[in-house]
Amino acid sequence: MKLLREAYYIVLDFLQMLGASGLFLLRLIRFIPHALKRPGLIFQQVFNVGAMSLVLIMVSGLFVGMVLGLQGYNTLSKFAATSALGTVVALSLLRELGPVVTALLFAGRAGTALTSEIGLMRATEQLAGMEMMAVDPIRRVVMPRFLAGVISMPLLVGIFNAVGVLGGYLVGVKLMHVDIASFWSQIHTNVDLHEDFRSGVIKSIVFGIACTLIAVFEGFYAQPTAEGVSRATTRTVVNSALAVLALDYLLTAFMF
Amino acid sequence: MKQTRTIEIVTGFFIILGFVALYVIATSATNIKSYGEAGYAVTASFTNIGGLKERAQVTMAGVEVGRVSKIALDPKTFNAVVTLQMNGHYNQIPDDTTASILTSGLLGEQYVGLSPGGSDTFLKNGSVIQYTQSALVLENLIGQFLSSNSKPSSSGGK
Repeated sequence: MKLLREAYYIVLDFLQMLGASGLFLLRLIRFIPHALKRPGLIFQQVFNVGAMSLVLIMVSGLFVGMVLGLQGYNTLSKFAATSALGTVVALSLLRELGPVVTALLFAGRAGTALTSEIGLMRATEQLAGMEMMAVDPIRRVVMPRFLAGVISMPLLVGIFNAVGVLGGYLVGVKLMHVDIASFWSQIHTNVDLHEDFRSGVIKSIVFGIACTLIAVFEGFYAQPTAEGVSRATTRTVVNSALAVLALDYLLTAFMF
Repeated sequence: MKQTRTIEIVTGFFIILGFVALYVIATSATNIKSYGEAGYAVTASFTNIGGLKERAQVTMAGVEVGRVSKIALDPKTFNAVVTLQMNGHYNQIPDDTTASILTSGLLGEQYVGLSPGGSDTFLKNGSVIQYTQSALVLENLIGQFLSSNSKPSSSGGK
């Protein structure tokens, strides 16, 4: 009985969080025209959110691509089908691994930074100070960060995919001596521009919105204490990871 | 001042790099070349297309000259109607060309092979290829082989 009640509260909490972040998203969407009037603020945040994640994304992309190359080669060589290695690497990167791994790294690298920054602004009453000066903190602080995240994510996914395919190419062709022509021609024939590339881009945009929304939401509504900010940062990572994986399943089911 | 300049430069670099990466992936790691090319479409009907798929190659003398863009079933004749999207460069293919469905390798992908005829008029948008040769279905071949083998032995036993 007690267990049932606890489950009930967990479900209620979850619904409340979902509803609150949905309403927050609506509020943000309404402010988009205002935010676009000050692109300088957005680009400053694109630097913080996107450009600072660049090295992490590129190194991870390279290693993911190289691992795909090795694993794919080992499995495919059992069926004497190593010429399909390019397809394996490119398809798994474009359709799944690129958007998902980038989103998870993004949540860890940029999402936590956003949450703790906004949370600390709340804790040190900077947000309250802005309100005193009749500056809307959502418009001035949250909005540029949100848009920067949404802009950065597809670009980061593109970079991740490009570096990943390069990594697969290095391992497959340079190390394992898969034929270079069949590597690329298999990619060219089997990776579809619309079905594979476009759906990957759609995924990356959705993940960008979800991850950044969770990050700024958790930061904005963090308890204004040291412990509260640290909890909010943890929640950002956990919730982003769960949201990305769940959304990934839904999007995959819809698109393929 | 100097620091904001550096930040702006790095941000600009990041944005450019992102778009370049997306562009490179879209152009060099997908089949973009088979889309949006000015070309012409011809149709050919086959009694059996075997395992032919959309986006399969159309080749002539081993050179890719187009792609299969659509496969449909004719509701009256129950033939497969295959639409071939031809590359615009190859606009002087005789209209009595034969289209056959071939297989690359023993178990490989199936493709449409064209062998040229001798006509002076060329295929153009909407043309229909008259002479077609259907896919060889392995099961049918084995069936024919077995029945052709068993006939002489039964007649020879008399």
